[in-house]
Amino acid sequence: MAEYTKPLPVPSPETQPFWDACARRELTLPFCTACAQFFFYPRAFCPRCFGDAIEWRRCTGRGTLYTFAIQYRPQMIGFTPPYVTAIVQLEEGPRMMTTLVGVTPSPEAIRCDMPVEVTWEQASDEITLPLFRPAG
Amino acid sequence: MDLRKRIAIAGADETDRIGIVPDMTPIMMQAQAVRNALADAGLQKSDVDALFVADPSPMSGVQLCEYLGIQPKYIDNTMTGGSSFVIHVEHAMAAINAGLCSVAVIAHGETGFSGRRRRGARQGGFDSSLPAAQFEAPFGAGGPASTYSMAAMRHMHEYGTTSEHLAEVAVATRKWAQLNPKAMMREPLSIEDVLSSRWIAYPFHIYDCCLVTDAGGAVVVVGAERARDLRKKPVWVLGSGEATTHQSLLGMPDLTRTPARYSGQRAFDMAGVSRADIDVVEVYDSFTYTALVTIEELGFCEKGEGGPFLANQRSAPGGDFPMNTNGGGLSYTHPGMYGMFILIEAVRQLRGECGERQVAGAELACVNATGGILSATGTLILGAD
Repeated sequence: MAEYTKPLPVPSPETQPFWDACARRELTLPFCTACAQFFFYPRAFCPRCFGDAIEWRRCTGRGTLYTFAIQYRPQMIGFTPPYVTAIVQLEEGPRMMTTLVGVTPSPEAIRCDMPVEVTWEQASDEITLPLFRPAG
Repeated sequence: MDLRKRIAIAGADETDRIGIVPDMTPIMMQAQAVRNALADAGLQKSDVDALFVADPSPMSGVQLCEYLGIQPKYIDNTMTGGSSFVIHVEHAMAAINAGLCSVAVIAHGETGFSGRRRRGARQGGFDSSLPAAQFEAPFGAGGPASTYSMAAMRHMHEYGTTSEHLAEVAVATRKWAQLNPKAMMREPLSIEDVLSSRWIAYPFHIYDCCLVTDAGGAVVVVGAERARDLRKKPVWVLGSGEATTHQSLLGMPDLTRTPARYSGQRAFDMAGVSRADIDVVEVYDSFTYTALVTIEELGFCEKGEGGPFLANQRSAPGGDFPMNTNGGGLSYTHPGMYGMFILIEAVRQLRGECGERQVAGAELACVNATGGILSATGTLILGAD
């Protein structure tokens, strides 16, 4: 594997299960059993009800492109412009930030609300990142 | 408790030089701005008994006390990014009205341009324990342009806001800068210039983005009795509100909304004035979009109508909605946390000190600053006698 130069997440006790699942190429999110709703990012309490009856549940990896921007400047170490940062609206409700891949980084090629699906990039032995690409 | 006209801004000034000032450090700028603002108020250093700062370095408030040679009885390091200094006014209002202090100085100094070489290449810049380090930086989001652009894109998608709408703000703001000898960018700028300029982070062209400069500023806040016998006419705080809704872009409840809707309502409610009563509007323009969405959130137009509302150079000199009359963060100065300069310009307008760019008959100003990733805002309604 080529040397990975982008920032690597350092899992915390709260987020370790998320990253462990990503390493298996499974997108799992915390689910509050009291609210019967997913939330993101992972934390020890539900941000709605403040309860701690949290389960990890697997998600479909499908969603829509809530928003995006095409980065023409090196906004983060290791990234080569132009590249596309995005926020995905997951089918299960929460939104997460990602890099949109598998698409030409041009305004004409990308639109909000287009369907997207997860794809995986192994960054290290421990970390595999959930990226997204146009669905289908 | 009716807080209207219980405190006033008695002094306001900047460092002797703003723009590119490589021979000054942030704390030098803070100290010089404090000296200038105290002189503006006609007060002495020995009068100061409260200090407010938002410098990101550790123990910055304590450090500045030592540097200035003061021993205040009240100190506040509230740090909400660019909105800090506007929020500090509300905190000073609370402290003065509680009898805890009487002369509060709010200080800022920042070398956003000349300090760049000290910071080095962007390394993520996040404490690894923070959510953004795990869930934003690894995906390429970093500086403000990379995140505000995503908020703007959703606004454009939902409300039909266009690149031309954003360009209107850049052009109108530049026209104000052309009337301000201290502004950094004073060359003519057209809508076409903006639209044909290079992308920084689509949908932002370079002219949609604020400057990166060196600058310092300070204001002096005092109680009502003291305000009446100082050097200049007092600028009264008639209303104030602050609001915080999130930190990261990821945590934003709705990408098209900002906490200015809450801080604005609180400030207008306290002041008991309407939007139509406001003579001059000074809001944060880290990006053209920031100003546009803030005008909506403050209630000057319907949600989503900021683009059409500001079209046809309505906010430019001669328009009926004078906004960002110093030339803004887009064309005047923007060292990183711009809120201090919004406050200073509002004071100058209400005192009638603005020369060519003076808004005739300016008696009521609405000030709003935004900090973080559209995260925390402070709104003030200021008035002159």
